[in-house]
Amino acid sequence: MKKWFMLTLVGKDRAGIVAQITRALYEGECNLGEASMVRLGGNFTVMLMVQFAGNEQALDDLIGPVSRSFDLRHHVDAIEGELLHHLEPDVRITVYGADRAGIIADATGTLAEKGFNILNLESDVGGTTETPIYVMTIEGVAEQGIEVLEEALQKLAQEKGLETQLEPIDTLIG
Amino acid sequence: MAVLDILVYPDPRLKQISQPVTEFDDNLRSFILDLEETLRAGPGGVGIAAPQVGRFERIVIVDVSSKPKIKHHGRLVLINPEILSREGSAVGREGCLSVPEYTGNVARAKFITLRAQDECGKTQEFQMERYEARAVQHEMDHLDGLLLLDRLVSRRDLFRRQTQEAASPKSKTS
Repeated sequence: MKKWFMLTLVGKDRAGIVAQITRALYEGECNLGEASMVRLGGNFTVMLMVQFAGNEQALDDLIGPVSRSFDLRHHVDAIEGELLHHLEPDVRITVYGADRAGIIADATGTLAEKGFNILNLESDVGGTTETPIYVMTIEGVAEQGIEVLEEALQKLAQEKGLETQLEPIDTLIG
Repeated sequence: MAVLDILVYPDPRLKQISQPVTEFDDNLRSFILDLEETLRAGPGGVGIAAPQVGRFERIVIVDVSSKPKIKHHGRLVLINPEILSREGSAVGREGCLSVPEYTGNVARAKFITLRAQDECGKTQEFQMERYEARAVQHEMDHLDGLLLLDRLVSRRDLFRRQTQEAASPKSKTS
């Protein structure tokens, strides 16, 4: 029986990595599940759910040659994989401001205290070298309701000089 | 009355273009009762289009009245609907009875003027906004063989759109 693994690959970004990695996995009789590939500061990063009949070592051996050919570092973890059981976010939060250390910690710390469960977080640095700005979008589930989050974010905005927006996500089913 | 089977993507029939209704007879009205029962049978659905149950005619039902604090027109049977004008754009999250276990962000016009016939063939016009306008646009897409999968925007787009909107003087006054 095939089991789920999380395959992580990191390295200098080049065109064609995803195509060759996924080709090697396909030829090694793996199925792929959900995946997230993103370029972070010029680095290629991907996390892939891989379903495979062998063990961690066998998957490592399978991906090793193509990983090395792109000078990537890779890592394989056996996981409990579950498809088609998504949690739906009900709130989207944007936080931005002049870049400084501690923005994510401040924002997510405040949100965690108020029962917010993060499902997705994306952050980016924009602006100029002299005055970088930090932009973060978060989607998640407000387990204690939206009002407490709204209050906490306003306080955070005032105290830390950040801009925050909160928007309910009311998923339309049609 | 009967709950009808819902076609689920990748059923190719969902990509078919539906034909205008020409006969406003008892057969049509009886189908509309079944279509409405099918909509009510699912959890949380706010709209349904005839092609979702395999009848390729330009008929949709929309009812967003269960959502709190929004402007709406109640239960609407829209036959041969046409959007006469659209204004503004907003991104919102959508799911679909025909695409289970998937939700995505889709850009839709915020305000629409709609012309449609009712189940007796009488032509009516509606001014609609936001959530109700989104529901109508989602259902009308089904009549042209389009799914939310054909209109996805990425989360990065989402933030850009929000910030553009916040920066435009028009949205500040609305």
